[in-house]
Amino acid sequence: MKILVPVKRVVDYNVKVRVKPDNTGVDIANVKMSMNPFCEIAVEEAVRLREKSVATEVIAVSAGVVQCQETLRNAMAIGADRGILIETDVELQPLAIAKLLKAIVDKEQPRLVILGKQAIDDDANQTGQMLAALLGWGQATFASKVEVAGDVATVTREIDGGAETVAIKLPAIITTDLRLNEPRYATLPNIMKAKKKQLDIFKPADLAVDVAPRLTTLRVDEPPKRQGGVKVADVAALVDKLKNEAKVI
Amino acid sequence: MANLVIAEHDHGSLKAATLNVISAAIAIGGDVHVLVAGHNAGAAAAAAAQVAGVSKVLLADSEAHAHLLPENAAAQVVAVAAAYSHILAPATAYGKGVAPRVAALLDKAQISDIIKVVDADTFVRPIYAGNAYATVKSADSVKVITVRGTAFAAAAPSGGSGTVETVTSVADCGLSSFVSAEITKSERPELTAAKIIVSGGRGLGSGEKYRDVLTPLADKLNAAMGASRAAVDAGFVPNDYQVGQTGKIVAPDLYIAVGISGAIQHLAGMKDSKVIVAINKDPDAPIFGVADYGLVGDLFEVVPQLVAAL
Repeated sequence: MKILVPVKRVVDYNVKVRVKPDNTGVDIANVKMSMNPFCEIAVEEAVRLREKSVATEVIAVSAGVVQCQETLRNAMAIGADRGILIETDVELQPLAIAKLLKAIVDKEQPRLVILGKQAIDDDANQTGQMLAALLGWGQATFASKVEVAGDVATVTREIDGGAETVAIKLPAIITTDLRLNEPRYATLPNIMKAKKKQLDIFKPADLAVDVAPRLTTLRVDEPPKRQGGVKVADVAALVDKLKNEAKVI
Repeated sequence: MANLVIAEHDHGSLKAATLNVISAAIAIGGDVHVLVAGHNAGAAAAAAAQVAGVSKVLLADSEAHAHLLPENAAAQVVAVAAAYSHILAPATAYGKGVAPRVAALLDKAQISDIIKVVDADTFVRPIYAGNAYATVKSADSVKVITVRGTAFAAAAPSGGSGTVETVTSVADCGLSSFVSAEITKSERPELTAAKIIVSGGRGLGSGEKYRDVLTPLADKLNAAMGASRAAVDAGFVPNDYQVGQTGKIVAPDLYIAVGISGAIQHLAGMKDSKVIVAINKDPDAPIFGVADYGLVGDLFEVVPQLVAAL
């Protein structure tokens, strides 16, 4: 069975972004870009399923600017077999991405699509669930454990009160949470090998998908700054502040 | 214009987050209806009808909704969606599972995790782990929205006089099934609704020390207990303790961060707390940059002293 793994190029998680002075967005010129950490976990999980012979092929797919090729090479260095880029300069919102991914699913016929639960730039947490709905497939979001046997994936999910295990019929969608696995480091030989792997490029029009944004960002603001407070000398001073100044205990 | 709130509930009662979503719906304006999709969920529907501001409750009662599976819940929402301009769900594990499915089935964009209603088409939502707030306007005829609970005061759970109308339940779509759940049992307040939170990080060193050091403090303050990602990854506590960008978003009156360095991903989950206390032995830890009161010291000495002094 094939596994499709969508990956997103985002501002690296160590970068603290700044709002542009004209409030049109955040400044991402000249900042380090990386694969979204949740997507990395998704690639790792798919590669492990192939290594366990549950899957036969892992296909990484990305949508966005031409530099997303680097993100795909990164996925292939972790172990994806080939890559697909849907190249566009248009701002892609989750619904548009879900439609593009559906078109790729229709072409490639994977039995499983594993995605990150959210991207750390727009923090939307939508694409996997939207893709599941468009395909009429079941979903297991926020996965912390995945087992595939025959036509069923048994997935443990991180939920608000603890953990829940569901069984989903394949084909299906899984989205990854932090503790599903720890992605391996790409070794130099694997980075070199990844450069030679197949990478196909499409345009949204090739897939007959309308990617026009539905949401317009009117402005982007700095959140209210929290004033750093004071350091207190000892526990007695802390208790005094909490009781008499902040009045919270 | 009418708003539909997708209730999160346990069949017998509403989850607290539902009340915050109802407030967001009231802020948008127009009638507020609540959908309770559950099994033997009459009590939850009756509770929803009592909430101030709710004029009607739609009850879809069926075994298909016994385990609140998102595939069935989304189909249920779509079945009643035609009458509504806004469909709102809490930005919880449940709401995040259901709402994007609804949006995609209706071919509408979703606006995730709103923290403010500007007008019926325009909302503010955090991006980049809360390091920026985007004001977004939707061009869609129907807005599908998830709501950050801490940003909206809870609607009053009583004083309303809504009617309960039973609607036809959708059939089980058979795409997924419930196997089991391991719910963390706790007598403490729920993390996202607590007035005081005691939260521990990697500095605690082990699960045993986390419990030994922080439990007496949490007991004394009747506080909920939370943790940083580092503490959860290290196995000190279960995943549902995690506060942060990808964990729970909290905004209590008092947040006591013990042995937490303060990565931006953690700050994203707690920086809207009213008062933040940080206890850490590293005077340069970023947590002190957001703390109202910082105490530099060995947490294994300081926390027991604090328990004794309270």
